[in-house]
Amino acid sequence: MQEQILYEKLNKRLNDLEKLPRLKENKSIESHLDEKGVSRRDFMKWATAITVMLALPGSFTPLVAKAAKLSDRLPIIWLHMAECTGCSESLLRTDAPTIDSLIFDYISLEYHETLMAAAGWQAEHNLEHAIEAYKGQYILMVEGGIPSGNSAHYLTIGGHGHTGEHSAQLASKNAAAIFAIGTCSSFGGVQAAIPNPTGAVALSKVTNKPVINVPGCPPSEKNIVGTLLHYILYGTLPALDAYNRPKWAYGRRVHDLCERRGHFDAGEFVEEFGDEGAKKGYCLYKVGCKGPYTFNNCSKNKFNSHMSWPIQAGHGCIGCSEPDFWDTMGPFEEPVANRLYSTVFKGLGADATADKIGVGLLTATGIGIAAHAAISKFKNPKDGEE
Amino acid sequence: MANKRVVVDPITRIEGHLRIEVEVDENNVIQNAYSTSTLWRGLETIVKNRDPRDAGFLMQRICGVCTFSHYRAGIEAVEDALGIVPPLNAKLTRSLMNMALFMHDHVVHFYHLHGLDWVDVVSALDADPAKASKEAFKYAELPIATGENDLKKVKKRVKEFVDKGQLGPFANAYWGHKTYRLTPEQNLILLSHYLKALEVQRDLAKLMAMFGGKQPHPQSLTVGGVTCVMDLMDPSRMGEYLTLFKVGSEFIENAYQADVIMAAKMYKDEASVTEQAGVMNFMSHQEMQLNKTEFLFDTGIIENGDLSKVFDINEDLITEEATHSWYADNEALHPYNGKTNPNYTGFKDMDTVGPDGKMIHSKVIDENGKYSWIKSPRYDGKPMEVGPLACILISYAKGNEKIVPLVDDFLAKTGLPKAALFTTLGRTAARMIQVRAIAKHGLEAFNTLIENLKVDQDTFTSYKIDKDKEYRGRFIGDVPRGMLSHWIRIKNAVVENYQAVVPSTWNAGPIDSLGQIGPYEANLVGLKVQDLTQPLEIIRVIHSFDPCIACAVHVMDKKGNDLGTYKVDPFYGLSC
Repeated sequence: MQEQILYEKLNKRLNDLEKLPRLKENKSIESHLDEKGVSRRDFMKWATAITVMLALPGSFTPLVAKAAKLSDRLPIIWLHMAECTGCSESLLRTDAPTIDSLIFDYISLEYHETLMAAAGWQAEHNLEHAIEAYKGQYILMVEGGIPSGNSAHYLTIGGHGHTGEHSAQLASKNAAAIFAIGTCSSFGGVQAAIPNPTGAVALSKVTNKPVINVPGCPPSEKNIVGTLLHYILYGTLPALDAYNRPKWAYGRRVHDLCERRGHFDAGEFVEEFGDEGAKKGYCLYKVGCKGPYTFNNCSKNKFNSHMSWPIQAGHGCIGCSEPDFWDTMGPFEEPVANRLYSTVFKGLGADATADKIGVGLLTATGIGIAAHAAISKFKNPKDGEE
Repeated sequence: MANKRVVVDPITRIEGHLRIEVEVDENNVIQNAYSTSTLWRGLETIVKNRDPRDAGFLMQRICGVCTFSHYRAGIEAVEDALGIVPPLNAKLTRSLMNMALFMHDHVVHFYHLHGLDWVDVVSALDADPAKASKEAFKYAELPIATGENDLKKVKKRVKEFVDKGQLGPFANAYWGHKTYRLTPEQNLILLSHYLKALEVQRDLAKLMAMFGGKQPHPQSLTVGGVTCVMDLMDPSRMGEYLTLFKVGSEFIENAYQADVIMAAKMYKDEASVTEQAGVMNFMSHQEMQLNKTEFLFDTGIIENGDLSKVFDINEDLITEEATHSWYADNEALHPYNGKTNPNYTGFKDMDTVGPDGKMIHSKVIDENGKYSWIKSPRYDGKPMEVGPLACILISYAKGNEKIVPLVDDFLAKTGLPKAALFTTLGRTAARMIQVRAIAKHGLEAFNTLIENLKVDQDTFTSYKIDKDKEYRGRFIGDVPRGMLSHWIRIKNAVVENYQAVVPSTWNAGPIDSLGQIGPYEANLVGLKVQDLTQPLEIIRVIHSFDPCIACAVHVMDKKGNDLGTYKVDPFYGLSC
């Protein structure tokens, strides 16, 4: 029943969208894909994959396909704040058939410093133009933490020397939706790690508009693109967790679907990198894996067209989609079995959003390895200073 | 008539936040040029007092483009400090990942970042696809993505962009600029490769993710070795590497190489491409281990453009100073002893040339004071250019038998003299030559690894950090943008001091205390700009360096070295 209601709701939303004037001339994604040698069948396969990824019932596939066809109506403004461009790079790796061409041709990328041809005054004009011309319609995607307050001028952009904070606020004002792409924009990220010398903050701290966080360092290409599609489907913000992360992507722990989970349950661990356990693919918990405390779909979707993910490459998860993970998850190659009881956040970290059953299971299994973890004292960077 | 100031900010299609200002005389010839980074992040401060094993992960976040370079540098600086020698398997795996990075980085740079400085997208509209298809055979034996039908499709796609007036990322650029030199057919070929390269870069990123877990920000290096032992022991995985390596190599040979030759021929009388490199000192470090002892690229220093003599590098002579950088301490110091107190003095007000040619109220830097977050590194007091050009010149001058034929081949195919290497064009060609060398010789590292794995499966060397000992160590190598060094001191088993002296710092740094300017600035002085409202020449020259500005910004303590004074609320920035 619920499904039916949701289906109708989505359908209505899509029909409404369809009535909007098109940004570009009448040409469907289908015909475009066709020109590129992608059949309707391939397109539907892709739409099915997206549906599964968004954790929607299979019957919703036609809606996803329809939604993708409408995505050309969305102008995108992408801003770079205090960042490393890793999130942009991740976006460029999108892989499902012609999905980069989907972004390139059907989402109108109005401003993106790494990709745009214009520079200087002309680039600034593009930004001003997009904010004005697509008032209330564009999606704002922001990469990077934001030096704010007294340190705001540690980032300036453009001939007028405006601060990044100023640009982010200006672009936020009239955005239809705002996505903080990556851990820096979502939570402040690496520059906000102790002692945060530039006063960097999350995007949500400089605007009073709702911000959807898509953390990860960087987030996978699928989480970035999937979030966009989710917005098109619902027309409202998706279901979010306590940290404003879309539940479809960040609803489960890395640990939950980990390929090495069986070894965790069986008590088979890598004791040191390069040992026999490492060669056999044992669990990486004892060499510091933070998968049990990290909410993300890496273990399911992996990275770079499913090529791999850190745990497959034999290194533990470092918890990069959790708030302040630089300070709470390190040292990255040491276990913290007692984190569930005593984190620096006093239970505010990943633990807070963990479902109780999951926590119970981990705790039960965790008892066996707690002794090992207890001797590895949790080091906080602040320790060295006091 | 007084000089006019032109501000170009943001410089797009780079990593990071870069502003270029120039002063031109009445003939539009650049008299003075200023290179400025406008972002400060603080990673070297943040890494202090942390577990040295975490340093690589933190320093990796300097840059998501050269995403492997700082990771490896952070890991290897700690290894050097602790006296750890990783197993050969680990070293060669790092080489394979590094090759993937070079191929990925240079392809993306030429087509997606630098490319639009050479290619007039709008001009491609007038191209005859049949003619263009034939043209492609002039430069490649087996051209890629330039069949008549391929080009027809590309042309149609571009036409749609233009007709809609909805150019997306191509909007509002300097199309039709007089210094574009390619024919419509050649523009169409390059445009087709622009799109094809979007696919190829994805494959090359996969090539790194194979042993790295992901890209950007791979996660399979650890102090003492690598963690991807299962991938190395999996023959199907190794086969995947070979396959994707081949995809990349083919594109490099039949598209990238061909396109650079084509561009070189067409642009050889354009000043912004052929003007002599401003700083004629070049420095590079050996890189790309192929077997137990051999490296693909050489170490050394060339002074005043003299290829007849290559000097050795003395690491003690590397210093950084901040006379014109937004830090209080001006003295030149070795990176082990680097000191800083940020001292941001901001911009001043001035009218500059606006987008329509009229003077417009702007913020400009104070060139007599401090004006950039980038410091000025010097070698023996002298500015140095680092990067692929330095690497290729030094390997060439040393008679490196894997490099010399590729340089000679480039000169023969273009008919250019050796002097043409010391230019914007040379910089662009050197990048192509680097990855061509990797494509041709890189698999030697792969084969050595396979041979070694038959008898030795070690991927990790055990070690201990002694709390009572003090350590110091460094990494020096050459990464896609040039010579990179990381310098670490460890005390009480935590990071005591950390400095990264990166390629873009060498190239993009401001004036030093002796008034010497760095490579970016020196390359712009003397250049004539056709149209001040469309400073394409400036962008072309700057892009030839492949700026990576987040890397270049030298960051340290905000309040001197007294980190103990920080009181940071752990809940700061958290309440939702």
